[in-house]
Amino acid sequence: MSSAILYALAGAGVFVLGCYGMVVCQHLLRKILAVNFMGSGVFLVLVAFARQSQEGVPDAVPHAMVITGIVVAVSATALALVLMLKLAEETGAASLKDSDKQ
Amino acid sequence: MESLKLLSNVFDALLATSLVLLAWRILVHQDLFRTVVLFIAFGLLMALAWVRLDAPDIALAEAAIGAGLSGALLLVALARLQRVTASTEKRTEMTTRFTAPVVIYLIGLTALLGLLLYVVALLPTEGMGLNQALAENLDKSGVSHPVTAVLLNFRAYDTFLELAVLLAAFLGAWSLTDIRHYPAEHIEPVLQVLSHTLFPIMLMVSVYLLWVGATHPGGAFQAGSVLAAAMVLFFLSGGKLRLDFHGKLARVLLIGGVTAFLIVSLVTMLIGNDLLQFPILHAAGFIFFLEFIGMISIAAVLSALFLGCRGNVGRSS
Repeated sequence: MSSAILYALAGAGVFVLGCYGMVVCQHLLRKILAVNFMGSGVFLVLVAFARQSQEGVPDAVPHAMVITGIVVAVSATALALVLMLKLAEETGAASLKDSDKQ
Repeated sequence: MESLKLLSNVFDALLATSLVLLAWRILVHQDLFRTVVLFIAFGLLMALAWVRLDAPDIALAEAAIGAGLSGALLLVALARLQRVTASTEKRTEMTTRFTAPVVIYLIGLTALLGLLLYVVALLPTEGMGLNQALAENLDKSGVSHPVTAVLLNFRAYDTFLELAVLLAAFLGAWSLTDIRHYPAEHIEPVLQVLSHTLFPIMLMVSVYLLWVGATHPGGAFQAGSVLAAAMVLFFLSGGKLRLDFHGKLARVLLIGGVTAFLIVSLVTMLIGNDLLQFPILHAAGFIFFLEFIGMISIAAVLSALFLGCRGNVGRSS
């Protein structure tokens, strides 16, 4: 049972990495990947604790929530990609320009 | 067996560490194409992690959706992005200027990481969970696999809203771009032979996953994503089907999932039960009806989103 805690800690690390990438990375594709990492980190923590809380069979309710989350994440990723492509068609580059750029 | 337990703990430690390291490498790597390929690899490692955490349903869904379909979406979007911005080189400037706000944000993130690790390490491990309630009511749900029972009976409302989210994402994408399949002129022969061989197998696998979801890991989402992957393969190998998602059939398939849930909700309320409370005797039939229509709807939406990200392969838009 103690190995599930490793995945929970890794999930926290991946979540924080996603927070970092979402804000600091300039290219929109990286921002989209970073938001995916935030989701994946949360899923890891959920499922790790579903594994830990029971002796035999893991708790099935977090599993259903995570499956829902994965499908929602991919549909949000697809919509975000289409938005990024639209922005790139309009402005010629896939990054958000600062208003005070020289 | 002690050495086996030690080995599996070492494997878990390696897998968990490589997940974090790979996520870091993905965010700082220069080449965008390699970044996307590494993201697909990250999805596969996540599928391994789900297997190690005794979550085979999630492993199936992650491998099909998180690694497969996500990777396909990102790759075609990247190709279209490079056509649009007319940049032939794949490098991107990763100039992270460490200005004052960024440094403050990094300090805040480090504090957040410490807090999260502390909280995760100290959370109680003797939780009750909902396993007991689940085990007591499983025989009344119509299926014998707990995850399917939760997804399509006990928490069917969440699945209803999830299908609505899928439809909303498709509508958002459709309002921004034209969703149309453009058969390319020249298709590689190997890809054609591969798709001719794999397409019927993938159809069979998806229907099997749908059927077996009642008793074993599987279900509508895994089946729908394998079906979507089969459609993606069909599109990539130049299938000559005239599909522009404007026709009646395509629209019916896309809204089918949400409509089926709406009809079932109305039926359950009309016969006097609560919302989406299936009568115990017919629960299996309700679940299969919803799963079948849901699988087709999920496949239609995901393959339409793929077409939306792909655009026209021939010209530069």
